[in-house]
Amino acid sequence: MNILVSIKQVPDTTNIRINPETGTLVREGVPSIVNPYDVHALALASLLKRLYGAHITVITMGPPQAEEALKEAVEFGADRVILLSDRKFAGADTLATSYTLAEAIKYLAQEAPFDLFLFGKQAIDGDTAQVGPGVARRLGVPLITYAVKLEIIDQEKKEVIVHRKTASGVEVLKVTLPVLITCDKEIADPPFSPLPELIKAAQTKPEIFNAQRPIPYKREKLGLKGSPTRVHRVYTPQLKSAGDILFVSEIGVSEAVEKIIAVLKDRGIL
Amino acid sequence: MKPLVWVFVEQEEGKVHPVSWELLGKAGELAQELDGVAEALVLGHQVESVAREAISYGADKVYLIDDPVLQYYRNEPYAQGVINLCKKYKPEILLLGATPVGRDLAGSIATSLETGLTADVTGLEIDPKSKNLIMTRPAFGGNIMASIICPNHRPQMSTVRPRTFPLPTKDPSRQAEIIREELGLREEEIRVKRVDFIPKDKVVNLEYAEVIVAGGRGLGKAQGFSLLKELAQLLGGEVGASRAAVDAGWIDYEYQVGQTGKTVRPKVYLALGISGAIQHRVGMQNADFIIAVNTDPKAPIFRIADLGLVGDLYQILPPLIEAIKKERGHGKA
Repeated sequence: MNILVSIKQVPDTTNIRINPETGTLVREGVPSIVNPYDVHALALASLLKRLYGAHITVITMGPPQAEEALKEAVEFGADRVILLSDRKFAGADTLATSYTLAEAIKYLAQEAPFDLFLFGKQAIDGDTAQVGPGVARRLGVPLITYAVKLEIIDQEKKEVIVHRKTASGVEVLKVTLPVLITCDKEIADPPFSPLPELIKAAQTKPEIFNAQRPIPYKREKLGLKGSPTRVHRVYTPQLKSAGDILFVSEIGVSEAVEKIIAVLKDRGIL
Repeated sequence: MKPLVWVFVEQEEGKVHPVSWELLGKAGELAQELDGVAEALVLGHQVESVAREAISYGADKVYLIDDPVLQYYRNEPYAQGVINLCKKYKPEILLLGATPVGRDLAGSIATSLETGLTADVTGLEIDPKSKNLIMTRPAFGGNIMASIICPNHRPQMSTVRPRTFPLPTKDPSRQAEIIREELGLREEEIRVKRVDFIPKDKVVNLEYAEVIVAGGRGLGKAQGFSLLKELAQLLGGEVGASRAAVDAGWIDYEYQVGQTGKTVRPKVYLALGISGAIQHRVGMQNADFIIAVNTDPKAPIFRIADLGLVGDLYQILPPLIEAIKKERGHGKA
């Protein structure tokens, strides 16, 4: 099986702080991580490789330091890792991003077509969940989002069953490969990496694709230029004003309880 | 021709997700500013009643694709249907709910139409000068708000969180035209097949709950949620959680409130042991009344709480549950 995984390096948003004086983001010291949902996509690729044997190609688009994310992918058993990196890619919205990724995937598929395309269900920095669906459209392959389980039921006919989470339950879907799947956390747990893979990861130098080589990208479809959306304005959200703050140690538990009951009655809950 | 402001109406077995009507109400306002019309797209099988319902919620026209292939939601035929309609009628704006269905669909449509798409929008307005749609959304985990425009491509598309806009009043006497369109796809052409569906025992309806009893890291253990569940049940509400509690594995993701979870606006939100990181606050700051209990007086949750109690939630919760039981007993007697 030939698997392609697309990952993204993101700032760990749980660690983002706002400078209270300037109201701007403090970026210094914010660690970069592989987007958590992409880690589960990698884990699924790794599991399928162990069960059935597979060749795993991992791509990411980002600045040169996104190389670190690809090294992590090698720890998961990636056989080939590619960094799409060029200043011309910068400032891309989801439409330009899906173009950039899809063109690279089409190029790589010339060597050997892919059976399975794995994405995380969304990236935690943008939370758009739009790039996976966009790439599926551009490749013309069926899309299954929010996947929580994948089983291969017929290796020869390339038939798979995918469980997909919806608002009201879990859909059990049957599809013949190729398919593009966006993965939720339940799809697979990250394995412990064997030592040889850790060593291999440390020594990995990813292949770099830029805007000219090996793919002559259409300039007007890349980066900021190729992005229909524009940031109009950015601002820090205003906090609504706070009410009373009372210390239970001072007012006592029973008064605290009474205060809550009073609110519930006032608001028509009780 | 008048600018068309379109809303994709999301339905499952004829039951419409309320976000679609919320959006139709907003579409009416936007259409007025553009001197345009608000119209609804209804796709499904045997869903003419949904088309009529859309009219009663304010649609000036409904485009209906009724086909057995659309029996349940699937990306391929639904995307194809909406893409064809967009190509034929060229709407100015297309709005979808930021639900699992809306988000699955929107990215596919925008890519095929080569237009911009803004996800998870919490505010929509028309720029009085350029007449562009200004779409506001939280970014970087809610630390900043970003206003996005899509000046040179149409339609301007966004997915909008449930409960962002109020539900419009239903007027069953409204009349409008229903335009029937063909899907033009046969079942054999659709590559993904549904072979089974496992319904959830309990559908968590956090977005529309009137009371939410939410727990965070301060609970200290998974068992803490059983106390919260008891309280939520007594109040006829739902349990919610912060990302910290979900990441700790104490409760399912579907209970998560915040930027990566759900946006809620209950009458009362009880935040118990929740520090109130910005990513949580963006999902619950529109609650009518926020009660926070936390041992740390510096917790950011107190900056938005209407009633803040600095103390141990395990000290307060058992007597609170007892007091409510007493009240309830009183009410019944």
